[in-house]
Amino acid sequence: MNYRAVRAIYLFEMARTWRTLLQSIVSPVVSTSLYFVVFGAAIGSRISQVEGVSYGTFIVPGLIMLSVLTQSIANASFGIYFPKFTGTIYEILSAPISYVEIVLGYVGAAATKSIILGLIILATAGLFVPLHIHHPVWMLTFLVLTAVTFSLFGFVIGIWADGFEKLQMIPMLVVTPLTFLGGSFYSIDMLPPTWRTVALLNPVVYLISGFRWSFYEIADVSVSVSVGMTVAFLAICLAVIWWIFRTGYRLKN
Amino acid sequence: MTIGQHLPENYHLRARFETIFLQPIAAEQGHSYFQAPLLSAQKGAGSGDSLPHPHRPPMSSIISVANLSKTYGSGFKALKNINLDIKRGEIFALLGPNGAGKTTLISIVCGIANPSEGKVLVGGQDIQTSYRKARSLIGLVPQELHTDAFESVWATVSFSRGLFGKPKNPAHIEKVLKDLSLWDKKDNKIITLSGGMKRRVMIAKALSHEPQILFLDEPTAGVDVELRKGMWEVVRGLQQSGVTIILTTHYIEEAEEMADRIGVINKGEIVLVEDKATLMQKLGKKRLTLHLQGKVTSLPESLSQYRLDLCDNGATLVYDYDTKGERTGITSLLSDLRNAGIRFNDLDTTQSSLEDIFVDLVRAS
Ligand SMILES: Nc1ncnc2c1ncn2[C@@H]1O[C@H](COP(=O)(O)OP(=O)(O)O)[C@@H](O)[C@H]1O
Ligand SMILES: [Mg+2]
Repeated sequence: MNYRAVRAIYLFEMARTWRTLLQSIVSPVVSTSLYFVVFGAAIGSRISQVEGVSYGTFIVPGLIMLSVLTQSIANASFGIYFPKFTGTIYEILSAPISYVEIVLGYVGAAATKSIILGLIILATAGLFVPLHIHHPVWMLTFLVLTAVTFSLFGFVIGIWADGFEKLQMIPMLVVTPLTFLGGSFYSIDMLPPTWRTVALLNPVVYLISGFRWSFYEIADVSVSVSVGMTVAFLAICLAVIWWIFRTGYRLKN
Repeated sequence: MTIGQHLPENYHLRARFETIFLQPIAAEQGHSYFQAPLLSAQKGAGSGDSLPHPHRPPMSSIISVANLSKTYGSGFKALKNINLDIKRGEIFALLGPNGAGKTTLISIVCGIANPSEGKVLVGGQDIQTSYRKARSLIGLVPQELHTDAFESVWATVSFSRGLFGKPKNPAHIEKVLKDLSLWDKKDNKIITLSGGMKRRVMIAKALSHEPQILFLDEPTAGVDVELRKGMWEVVRGLQQSGVTIILTTHYIEEAEEMADRIGVINKGEIVLVEDKATLMQKLGKKRLTLHLQGKVTSLPESLSQYRLDLCDNGATLVYDYDTKGERTGITSLLSDLRNAGIRFNDLDTTQSSLEDIFVDLVRAS
């Protein structure tokens, strides 16, 4: 194992984060605060309670997931897309490092960044609504699992994308709608039965449900199903990445 | 001989263009970019740094390419059954027109492209099964300027060392940067550097992990003449410290100036590999130039067997001949000229350059 290479890539990527600190951290915090103002305060004041917690409190896990998901994908896809775009990928490809090490470096950094972000949003939310977390260990587990899984997913997108439009496309057209429809702002029990069945096809539902359970012990689906679905998606991403490196898809001619 | 009309890429014209027009860039800097360097001795390098190259112990091959072919996804066959050995410690120039497959060959050896067929050994290690060992021996400076933008010079060069799994060694990085006259730029962001400096940053990155082999893919393309000379000094310094250097170029003068051996590649095939000196000797032609008394508009039929060229509006007559041929034909040419009544004031002969040899080879293949 070439640990020094993993470290080099990881630190390089983290350095990029610190350089763009404002954009990386401040903007998600601001937009999350806006969600609280709009959904929590304005709309929430007219909704009494959802399954025993105030609406503002209810949406916290969903909001964190929303940011962690989108930021994981954005960070990881950009992290690997950019060297492809500038051509500096030549150095990664010609270095004595394995695929596993490349993925560890890039995905590790992207996931670290979105975990930090998730925790910052959690702290921000604490300023608006009272929070207490029933299962902190599970909360962290879901957070890490989601960050890693979607960073892997972002890595795949970054390799697949051959233009900036494609880089934006999947997050915008697929991930954001799925997240909004995935129960960030409501419990899918609130939906009519048919729509509830449709919603269960959305993988994000399982993530948010599990994550919310770790906070309040309320869940749309059982926790084990949530964990199972997340791990399944993680496995799919790993398989795709394994295939990418085995074939050199969009990396090597 | 009509050099210039058959050139595959007008490469010598370009070389001249750049020589003439890009000079102000060097002048503006007011000093030589490169201090004649002796980059730090590389471990595992051949013994006797001070020995001039030809007196080294017999050189074993450090890179061995066997039956290598490359077909791109588009179906284009960029390399056709390449066989090539690079000797330890030499400067090898891979010479060929644009599109010949030079970059493709380098990319495969360095792990950037996958071979379609064949085998490559680097330091005895298979580039596919022992890629870690093979790649750690290699430093690559690609053809295009691919650099980060917002990192500092120091950070990007240190990053490269880490990527190759080497422990931190600020002293080495400092030496490399100083040898490449980049030391005073070490804290500058790469984006603020000139093109020539960026290229040197790429060389510094390639040297950061103390490679035994250095690939320079068209190191001086688009580089002004002073910078080019500086680059050659760097390369020689590296060779003296034991590094094997493979450079590609389509500037003949570069191969002629630098290389110990030259390989000519054209349309994906190695046309020839030869010691430079042997190549010059073996394929060298001489040119006899006759400065005529008065102008001649056309040549009589009796001289048609000599394939003469009338130049300067009929003021000079040019005859190319093979020095290794049994008969040069000069004696009979001169007597036939006298019989035809063509007189001359003066004559001179010149050895043809590598450039001429190259044009002949490429035209023949
Ligand atoms: N990725 C690619 N896909 C298809 N053809 C390519 C690719 N890269 C290079 N080629 C073709 O392969 C040939 C050799 O290219 P290259 O190795 O870059 O030549 P050189 O470096 O000698 O100029 C060229 O005809 C080029 O168009
Ligand atoms: Mg090339």
